[in-house]
Amino acid sequence: MTKRGSLVSRPAAHKSSAAKVYAVLVLFLALKAGGNSSMAWGMKHVPEKMSMDPTLYVRAMLNPFVAMGIFALILALLTRMTLLSLADLSFVLPVTAIGYVISVFLGKVFLHETVTNQRWLGTVLIFAGALLVGTTSRNTTRLGAAPDARSGDYA
Amino acid sequence: MKWILVAAIVVATVASDLLQSHEMKRAGEQSVGAGGFARLLHTIARRRLLILGVAGNAVSFFAFMALVQREPLSFAVPASAASYVLETLLAGFVLHERIGTRRAAGALIVLAGVILVGG
Repeated sequence: MTKRGSLVSRPAAHKSSAAKVYAVLVLFLALKAGGNSSMAWGMKHVPEKMSMDPTLYVRAMLNPFVAMGIFALILALLTRMTLLSLADLSFVLPVTAIGYVISVFLGKVFLHETVTNQRWLGTVLIFAGALLVGTTSRNTTRLGAAPDARSGDYA
Repeated sequence: MKWILVAAIVVATVASDLLQSHEMKRAGEQSVGAGGFARLLHTIARRRLLILGVAGNAVSFFAFMALVQREPLSFAVPASAASYVLETLLAGFVLHERIGTRRAAGALIVLAGVILVGG
């Protein structure tokens, strides 16, 4: 991933690690949002309505869009774990909250859902609230425990 | 129906998080390596509450599948953020964590957002 033998090795190494964090972050957001959209698209085309019967869910997974969505969501989970190994949870929680806004946007653009102003406002509030809740967890972890107790977790 | 599914997602997610966090702390530190992964599976098999936690994940996922079938994605994803509210309540009342003003405000803002998204 990192290019060896660059002219200024030290700052480059620093830069590339920050770049790597953001690359993994973007990959995670894309996989999560793409996976959700694909699954939603597929589920809307599954004729049987889901109920308490577990076999319905297994059959729904045979839909290619649902299967692709689940595959992307599994990759998203693994990517999030990678992200947690590179960055603190207190960074990961708030920055991934943008996912709520992205999902609504994809719902509107790709799934042609009508998104009212009220729904946009609600989504922005959820994003803002999640930012607040996410940034407070940094304070409690930093104060309460050694950094390695949580930030180095593999989730 | 949609709120029942949202409630199922939120309760299953939060219960699963709490169970996993509680059980993994009791199980001690895990390593992520070739043998570490096998040991992790072994730990999961031995701890019943942990299996319940993983089952909670599955319930939450299937409820989400059912929700996106019936409702728009632009409702399903934001509505599942209601888990922040329940998590904050449980952290305060069950785990007796000190909930700061900032976190309480954040949870309330999320709640207001979920109500707006659902309206």
